[in-house]
Amino acid sequence: MSRYTSVTEQDLREMLDAIGVGSVQELFDAQIPAGVRLQRPLDLPAGLPEQDVYAHLRDLAARNVSAEDELTFLGAGMYDHYVPALIDMLTTRSEFLTPYTPYQPEISQGGLQVMFEYQTAISELTALPVSNASVYEGPSAVASAGYLAKLANGRPRIVVSRGVHPHSRETLRTYAHGFGAEVVEVGLRDGVTDPDAWAAAMGDDVSAVVFQQPNFLGAVEDAAALAAAAKPCGAVVVGQYDPIPLGILAPPGACGVDVAVGEGQSLGNRLDFGGPSFGFFAATEAHLRRMPGRIAGETKDVDGRRGFVLTLQTREQHIRREKATSNICTSQALNALAGVVYLTWLGKQGLVELGELLLQRTHYARQALTALDGVEALHEQPVVREFAVRLAAPVDRVIARCQEQGVNPGYALGRDLEEHEDGLLVAITEQRTRADIDRLASVLGAAVAAERVAVTA
Amino acid sequence: MTGVTVAMDETRTVFEKGAPGRRAFTCPQLDVPQADGLLPEAFRRTEPARLPELTEPEIVRHYVNLSKRNFDLDSGFYPLGSCTMKHNPRLHERVAGLAGHARLHPLQAPERAQGALELMWNLERALGEVAGLPHVSLQPSAGSHGELAGVLLTRAYHEDRGEERHLVLTPDTAHGTNPATVTMAGYQVVKVATSPDGGVDVEDLRAKATEDVACLMLTNPNTLGVFDPNIEEIAEIVHGVGATLYYDGANLNAVMGQSRPGDMGFDIVHFNLHKSFTQPHGGGGPGSGPIAVSDRIQPYLTVPRIVRDGEGRFDLDYQAPKSIGRLRGFQGNYGTFVRSYAYIRSLGAEGLQDASETAVLNANYLLARLRQLGVADHLPLAFGEHCMHEFVLSGAPMKRELGIKTLDLAKRLLDHGFHPPTVYFPLLVDEALLVEPTETETKETLDAFAEALAAILREAAEDPEKARNAPYTTPVRRLDEAGAAKRPVIRQPL
Repeated sequence: MSRYTSVTEQDLREMLDAIGVGSVQELFDAQIPAGVRLQRPLDLPAGLPEQDVYAHLRDLAARNVSAEDELTFLGAGMYDHYVPALIDMLTTRSEFLTPYTPYQPEISQGGLQVMFEYQTAISELTALPVSNASVYEGPSAVASAGYLAKLANGRPRIVVSRGVHPHSRETLRTYAHGFGAEVVEVGLRDGVTDPDAWAAAMGDDVSAVVFQQPNFLGAVEDAAALAAAAKPCGAVVVGQYDPIPLGILAPPGACGVDVAVGEGQSLGNRLDFGGPSFGFFAATEAHLRRMPGRIAGETKDVDGRRGFVLTLQTREQHIRREKATSNICTSQALNALAGVVYLTWLGKQGLVELGELLLQRTHYARQALTALDGVEALHEQPVVREFAVRLAAPVDRVIARCQEQGVNPGYALGRDLEEHEDGLLVAITEQRTRADIDRLASVLGAAVAAERVAVTA
Repeated sequence: MTGVTVAMDETRTVFEKGAPGRRAFTCPQLDVPQADGLLPEAFRRTEPARLPELTEPEIVRHYVNLSKRNFDLDSGFYPLGSCTMKHNPRLHERVAGLAGHARLHPLQAPERAQGALELMWNLERALGEVAGLPHVSLQPSAGSHGELAGVLLTRAYHEDRGEERHLVLTPDTAHGTNPATVTMAGYQVVKVATSPDGGVDVEDLRAKATEDVACLMLTNPNTLGVFDPNIEEIAEIVHGVGATLYYDGANLNAVMGQSRPGDMGFDIVHFNLHKSFTQPHGGGGPGSGPIAVSDRIQPYLTVPRIVRDGEGRFDLDYQAPKSIGRLRGFQGNYGTFVRSYAYIRSLGAEGLQDASETAVLNANYLLARLRQLGVADHLPLAFGEHCMHEFVLSGAPMKRELGIKTLDLAKRLLDHGFHPPTVYFPLLVDEALLVEPTETETKETLDAFAEALAAILREAAEDPEKARNAPYTTPVRRLDEAGAAKRPVIRQPL
């Protein structure tokens, strides 16, 4: 008997008698060819009592510097927003935490209704009529949108702005190499997608166009213009959106976007070193039957009572197999629950207020930082929650110096973009106050100054 | 009237509750000088998203009441075949929630995320040992994502050798994700038949294994609960034509510490951390689908990779010219890694082996009880004499003799307080029920489940209408799924 199993000596005797074998190993011997049996124990450490496992995992946690341990301005795709306590309470309830995908709707109405509410919230946020019940996360959602476009028009080329998150561009390339499309990039000019290069990249062989709002450098793109430029050639317009600024930014549905996807982490999900979170996936009515993943729908039971079911399942792998619109099965239901609870907690006014607050604080931070010697704006475009600056000193060393003071100033853009070796990307959440921003300015200013001295010395 | 109000309340969505002006969130004060014109009007949203307006007490009550309309593993038996609904230890939630894990930013500098990287490194080594394949990527987010990784790795492997192949073989018993993945990765599916003993039809495989085949995707034990007796020969045939052999790890819970996919000849394996390694299913995710691969596939693995230097320091390495690239953002579903790593450290080598032994014992015992109770007369085992960790019954005799279908049986089980087994899968068994009890259920629970099935069959012999109209005790009864698909209502009209 090991942890979590319950077979006593007596149970074992009764069970083996009922089966009609002398030992459990007989069951394995009878079924697994001797040539592929493992003839030794697994080479793993011995099991530990619960308190020892806790201590080990706590020690590992203590060797990480989390957002609890430093004043962080890291963003670049995941953001340190406050996760309200009621989300922890709800997502750890057995009834939400431990069921499987709702294959038996009569005993899964809670989860199914949550999906329906989530879909409604995402439709509202994006102003697009169709949402699925979640996909894995942001970058693979972008890649899945590319596959949807391939199913829609079969064309061979996907045009992607260099303002799209590097992980999204890389994931799209990985997928597209499989499903058979070429990915071509359009560069940025003054911090946003170069409109001339974008227009020049269009053509009747373009399956999809992809931009990000706000883009990876924090700049607000002219989404409507980017979509309009792609419309005449009939490409599917895909936008990767940060959901938080959608309280104040024109939604994809109002800008001519056909498919809006994005990383849902900032909606009530913790950072978790990158996951699990969820990806949202919304589209126009025309793409309803090409959507990946689960979709919940409203219906009635035999007594006429309102109920919810998984619907439009003829798109899905378990029914349609090789003709399915995606292979996705398990996705991110619990994380999507956190998402809809978070949007409900913010509420209609709260989402707007949060957006306005971030807009003001981001502006303040940009002013404070670009006033420092050796720090200048990387672009002058409008920003809403994140902005990029150039440092006149080695970025990695400046970051390390700031971290020694307990401040993580942001992300070194050079890790992904060779054209911005001197770039630093700074993110603001409602957890970063004016006092925090002032401290960032002071620590960053000192670090840049010190590194400039170090370089000239 | 109170009763009516409550009944209505149960199915009202959060968008139908609350009132304008109510709120739960208090926005922090604007603490910086207000600046105007920061955002051009043309870029601004003109109409706010019509999100709900509720107070915290209302939100809590709404979602707690919704939760009560779910059945869950913590409340009862959940023998859903191929889904491995084993106990989710609460320790895992506690350790995953520690700030050092939960509030760690994925782009934190590696030298300040040493604990996380060490955890991932250790998990990679442990999974590699269980699989018998040394190189692991934790990146894929679910089983299907691991499958996509595996087929894309196969493509990269063949392209690197200058070969162009077009076909991927899958048995007709395969999970639907297998053929769907094949298409997404740009290949055509060729189905391989199943032999009378429930394994791959080796002659059919031999006939279809050509130089145009890139890969054979296999689950072993397969979805019939049968460990393929010819696995060594199958591997030889597949490798003989230069194809890769892919292991769908959905059923790994049968063989941990007993037999390893790598030793069976597989090149690529995916794990479902949300099955064999106790990540809670969350009502449909999050999951996690790490892959383990052989030496010849290693050059093509995803980036970034976790590396350790001579001094035991960990880092992320992006330099891998032959890599297929990324499959998602950041480093994968780290929160699931914490839980599964805690599980592996709790059980150790012996515990994992015991888990599989007990899973197989429980499945065979349940099967034996069903035979003792006469249930198997109407619901015979579809293949073989014994089973691995799960088994498939055919409801065809029950339908013929008692006039109730597998669906009716499943719905009647709901009234007995059990989650039904997987139904109508695998496809090649008529009226299939796929039963997987897992190792964490007691003998008493297995006995009670067997008794419930027997009681339903006895009842059906008297009055089949009872099962045909079930369930009766659930929050709602049978739902009009056809109507839902015909006229889809997938959001609340506002």
